[in-house]
Amino acid sequence: MAAAGAGRGRGDLSVPAIAVEGLERAFGEILAVRGVDLEVDEGEIYGFLGPNGAGKTTTVRMLTTLLLPTGGRATVAGHDVVAEARAVRASIGVALQEAALDPLMTGRELIRLQATLQGLPTAEGRRRADDLLERVDLAAAADRRVGGYSGGMKRRLDLAAALVHEPRVLFLDEPTTGLDPVSRKTIWEEVRALNDEGTTVFLTTQYLEEADQLADNVGIIDQGRIVAEGTPDALKAEIGNPHIQLQLADGSIDAAERVLAEIGRLLPPTDGHTVLVEVENGAGDIPRVVRALDDAGIGVESLELVRPTLDDVFVATTGHHLEKEDVADAPAEAVEA
Amino acid sequence: MATNLRVIRALGMRSIRQTFRRPQLMAPILVFPTLLLAVQTGGAGGAVDLPGFPPVQGFLQFMLAGAMMQSLMLAGNSGGIAFAVDIEMGFTDRLFAAPVPRYTIVLGRLAGVAALGFLSAVWFFAIGLAFGAEVHSGVAGVLIAVFLVTATATAVGGIGAAIALRTGSASVVQGLFPLVLVVLFLSSAFFPVDLMIQPARAIAEYNPFSFIVEGVRTPIIADVDATDLLEALLAIAGIVVLGLVLSVRALRHRLRVG
Repeated sequence: MAAAGAGRGRGDLSVPAIAVEGLERAFGEILAVRGVDLEVDEGEIYGFLGPNGAGKTTTVRMLTTLLLPTGGRATVAGHDVVAEARAVRASIGVALQEAALDPLMTGRELIRLQATLQGLPTAEGRRRADDLLERVDLAAAADRRVGGYSGGMKRRLDLAAALVHEPRVLFLDEPTTGLDPVSRKTIWEEVRALNDEGTTVFLTTQYLEEADQLADNVGIIDQGRIVAEGTPDALKAEIGNPHIQLQLADGSIDAAERVLAEIGRLLPPTDGHTVLVEVENGAGDIPRVVRALDDAGIGVESLELVRPTLDDVFVATTGHHLEKEDVADAPAEAVEA
Repeated sequence: MATNLRVIRALGMRSIRQTFRRPQLMAPILVFPTLLLAVQTGGAGGAVDLPGFPPVQGFLQFMLAGAMMQSLMLAGNSGGIAFAVDIEMGFTDRLFAAPVPRYTIVLGRLAGVAALGFLSAVWFFAIGLAFGAEVHSGVAGVLIAVFLVTATATAVGGIGAAIALRTGSASVVQGLFPLVLVVLFLSSAFFPVDLMIQPARAIAEYNPFSFIVEGVRTPIIADVDATDLLEALLAIAGIVVLGLVLSVRALRHRLRVG
């Protein structure tokens, strides 16, 4: 079998941690993934962003050798996901969507089992389990059954289990979906810390903020295809300049638009009380806008500088929003005790 | 190889713990067969006086092999259900994403079923001896019966695992529960084949589980019989091969469909 712990430490920096060319997956007549190309460098956090059903999880399942591709090729840690599946599995850690944990096991039992599955000697597996439980703040709950854990605790345990063999590449499939903001931030901090230690992270998410906060590079997938790729800042810069959103005190929209048209490009208003104007210098243009409106005797109720978001990138490339109401405002579960 | 064995042992231990921690998995293995044994022994004990009934010390002695068969088949079924639950909740993805040969994951589950089969044999021998049943061929007979029961549990578990892998549905595997009872009642588990009426008799004569039942029962009620033992081993081998073929095909299917 593949050597235990083959994934530990940083790999060859000249070889991409993940390289994907024309990856496809069909389920009968349905093409779920349609020729995905992407490259993730060693030590990078790659955010794989897309709505439900876009092909994120199918792509991750192929990269983690859980599903055979029907077209294209992919290497992870330099190993082909089909021809060298065992070597791939020795190099990766996987925390899949909806933390797949046995509710009847204790946290400690689960991590020790994972250590055995990764080929660690018993003593080392026990030591790693203790260290990891401490690291994810589950030492006190380690001997309780997982069924009694909160959602955040389960995700942290799942993350700890994925780290037991110190993998080179860590796949996190929607690690914070359904978590409350506090638990979400805890997972983010842990992901950043792991990345600082040299672990390459492939993170799928449907949360714009998560990709924006964590990812060095983002790939946006929609209907099985990558529709945009780059750093979050570069992607947003491609969309255009920030705009200023003004709520007027007295509803003199026409007059305000005439004034602001000389400062920037007017954008279609969202309602009868708001004016949107795209400006080149962002915050630097705010004083100019305020002065111009003041000189024209137009009262301003509120003013906000709005920068392009990844959702704007998504809208520009696909024509629809990424975050629907039910996703963006998903009810947070109770904060764990 | 040593790592693979450690994985099989660890997964087997998890499987056993899972069964003990989930009463609905444990009940069919020990509780139901024990109750059925008590009811049948108490209510149909006079059957031993029927002409053609094999010479036995008592009905309990005759029924021990049937109770063990019922228990081991339900252990195999429960193993399949537990495996399907693992698939449904995504736990098998965790196992399949590990750098171990995938057959070790199935063997780990079967190791747990084998342990439960062993436990079942020991349990029913303990009950039988406690209530006065004798094992005619002594310690050798006990060892043979325990081995056959353990091996059969493993073989049946293989079929349960294959169905779980193919369907990924605990409900489907659970739905096989009545079929297990039909297969048992159409064997010599609870009644001698010679006293059955057609067409049950014809089916029971060729039912592989009848051969296994006789392999387990003979050393309990009589001397060890090499022919009965060989036939039982061949029947078990046949079920093992069937389980292996189905499991390999189901594993490939699962990788294809995810």
